[in-house]
Amino acid sequence: MLKDNQTSPIKLTRDGELTIVEFTVRKLLEENEIAEMGQHLTSYVESQLKPKIIISFAGVDHLSSSALGTLITVNYKVRERDGQLRLCSIDPQIYEVFLITKLNKLFRIFPTMKEAKESLEKPSQ
Amino acid sequence: MKQVESHRHPATKRTAANTNPKLWCSCAIESDIRRARDVEEAILSQCHKHSFTDRDLFALKLAVDEAINNAVRHGNRSDSSKQIHIKYRVTPRRCDVVIADEGNGFNPAAVPDPTTEQNIEQTSGRGLLLMRAFMSSVVFNETGNAITLTKFNDSVHRQNSDQVAFG
Repeated sequence: MLKDNQTSPIKLTRDGELTIVEFTVRKLLEENEIAEMGQHLTSYVESQLKPKIIISFAGVDHLSSSALGTLITVNYKVRERDGQLRLCSIDPQIYEVFLITKLNKLFRIFPTMKEAKESLEKPSQ
Repeated sequence: MKQVESHRHPATKRTAANTNPKLWCSCAIESDIRRARDVEEAILSQCHKHSFTDRDLFALKLAVDEAINNAVRHGNRSDSSKQIHIKYRVTPRRCDVVIADEGNGFNPAAVPDPTTEQNIEQTSGRGLLLMRAFMSSVVFNETGNAITLTKFNDSVHRQNSDQVAFG
């Protein structure tokens, strides 16, 4: 859990049926922040039916393998709920981390928020 | 040499084990990743002064962070009575960082490949892969409780290869 003087490393915003996740920190390295991010996101996903979530990495310039582990858990939870998860706006150096770990094959990653939104399936009429 | 000494982080001190005390800085910290941040910053600051590229700095931060995390969590099992021993040397050509824990060590060859289909959804086990990918060299001691990370200064190496290429 975060201490009183710490803010959450993520901010969730509803955009219609979408949920946009943005980071309030530049570096995803601190274990307590990563744990907080994981708890916040998984409990949110578990409260949704077919969640549609875009995680934007705009402004993030470092992340640890521990943060990758948390993203994998979130991805699994979203799939369990029959939802969709997209990642976008990843710094080229961080994208290299996804390439090296081959997680670019597990996650659906888009260069921009616009492209990530366009990739999500439209609701059935 | 004096110039390098003047960059020494105040939290660090020389030890008798250093082969060249004018170049190596060393310190011992508690098993807490937050305690390591000051040392990490000191290393990066020296590399910055030697004009290491942004990519080198990104790589070093990532690798040092992963190595210290492994030492704290897997090596010392977050035991606050145990310490992490860090030794580093930065020259215009290269940066070497030795990180040792007080654990029993491990066999790096036994770490499963996290990129296989079978392991891709494992939530841990990528630190070593990232260190190896981003560093010029990664070497363990025989026990497996000390890792040496080496990063060559890409700006110097690129300059040298340009000189070769253009005579």
